[in-house]
Amino acid sequence: MDSGSIAWMLAASALVLIMTPGLAFFYGGLVREKAVVNMIMMSFISMAVVSLVWVLWGYSLAFGDGNAFIGDLSVVGLSGIDMNDASGDIPVLLFVVFQMMFAIITPALITGAIAERFKFTTYVVFLVLWVTFVYAPIAHWVWAGNGWLFELGALDFAGGTVVHINAGVAAVAAALFVGKRRNPGAEPHNVPYVMLGAALLWFGWFGFNAGSGLASNALAVNAFLVTNTAAAAAALTWAVLSQIHHQRISAVGVATGAVAGLVAITPASGFVGPMGAIAIGLVVGVITYYAVLLRPRTRLDDSLDVFAVHGLGGIWGAIATGIFAVEAIGGTAGLIEGNGGQMLTQLIAVGATIGYSLVVTMIILKVLDLIPGLGLRVSVADEDRGVDISQQGERGFVSDGAD
Amino acid sequence: MIMIEAIIRPERVGQVTSALDAAGCHGYHYYNITGQGRQGGVEVFIGRGGQMATRSAVPKTLIRTVVSDDMKESVIAAILEDARGPGEGAIGDGKIFVIPLADAIRVRTGERGDEAI
Repeated sequence: MDSGSIAWMLAASALVLIMTPGLAFFYGGLVREKAVVNMIMMSFISMAVVSLVWVLWGYSLAFGDGNAFIGDLSVVGLSGIDMNDASGDIPVLLFVVFQMMFAIITPALITGAIAERFKFTTYVVFLVLWVTFVYAPIAHWVWAGNGWLFELGALDFAGGTVVHINAGVAAVAAALFVGKRRNPGAEPHNVPYVMLGAALLWFGWFGFNAGSGLASNALAVNAFLVTNTAAAAAALTWAVLSQIHHQRISAVGVATGAVAGLVAITPASGFVGPMGAIAIGLVVGVITYYAVLLRPRTRLDDSLDVFAVHGLGGIWGAIATGIFAVEAIGGTAGLIEGNGGQMLTQLIAVGATIGYSLVVTMIILKVLDLIPGLGLRVSVADEDRGVDISQQGERGFVSDGAD
Repeated sequence: MIMIEAIIRPERVGQVTSALDAAGCHGYHYYNITGQGRQGGVEVFIGRGGQMATRSAVPKTLIRTVVSDDMKESVIAAILEDARGPGEGAIGDGKIFVIPLADAIRVRTGERGDEAI
């Protein structure tokens, strides 16, 4: 083991954790004032619920030996993992912790699709089931040594498929099953919250990507650099498109662009160089801008455009990894260096993730909808009063004059 | 007694309240409101910042005071003078409403009518 790597991975794990409350503020600022507490809580409660699921059985299902498709129950409760057991440069327990933070944020990403109307108790149960039956298997496919996509050679450095495509597709299923809000098309109630959240996401993403090499080395530095570069390129692309279309540069738009850039570089961050990162950021900026612009024309109320940003951004990132991969960086060449076959492998990983996430998320939601006492959606009256009052029993901002 | 309500530009609140004080009207309150008049609404980004929509959300301030009948014209003149921006005035400078008032009671003493204001 290497003390430098251990120190960096401890810090990186904490950085990834702060992304979830960052996401909470990002989403919280985008919704109506009467739903801000609920929106923030849907992310925050994931830190409580998924942490326990991960320690109890989630890690075992994702990274236990098992077979090509899922782990096993051999390390339930992290039993049998000695404090001094090593995984590469770091203790196994540090790998458990780092991976836990990914499992926490992934279902939290979905909540943007179900804003302002989802029943909170059902959501808590959904968290448990989704991490168990959707997240853990896909993480196993892609990152476990015997996972079928890993063995196929699919490249996903920090979770483009496992985290972003997965959450983006599950968001489509969730928005579909819970239905449209009574009154879609809200103006963000607190733009500074959105910017604060975006800043925390950008900051935390350095742990997400530069930590995914699981070591403190040159590859981590490269991942850090390309992560920042892609975010910048995509944010600026949104700024330019906003100016062209509306003659004003939207702050929320630029924040969305930055997040889209971070999403797209995620799978590529261990395989591409800075010029590849600029290309990835520019293209994801254009893709997500027009996706966000056109989504309201569909009947799907993916309220905060989780699919447009994380789904499409993740898909582009996975494909772009196959295009821009540099052999000297990550050991695998992409299309530009003459390895066209990598694109096909990437597409298989994308397709498998989309198909599995969509189907199993739908099954989970259908079951939750049928269980008496659960159900997906709050009552019409509760939605109108606001999910802050009806689900949390709290108000975000109390300024009614009463002392 | 009359109640005077004036919808004015938020950036003129300081001048208007000074003018009210100068005119001998020392009691008033004001709060921020949103709405629109001939000025129309404003265009704002909605959702994730990709598209815009028009909202009737022009910020204005409503200032309210109660005065005796003989002070009516001097208070209106004070507001007119200072609610207008420099020059000839522009759409969006606001409106003044004058409302007859049934009674006023001072909580501390129970005095009524003009005595209470």
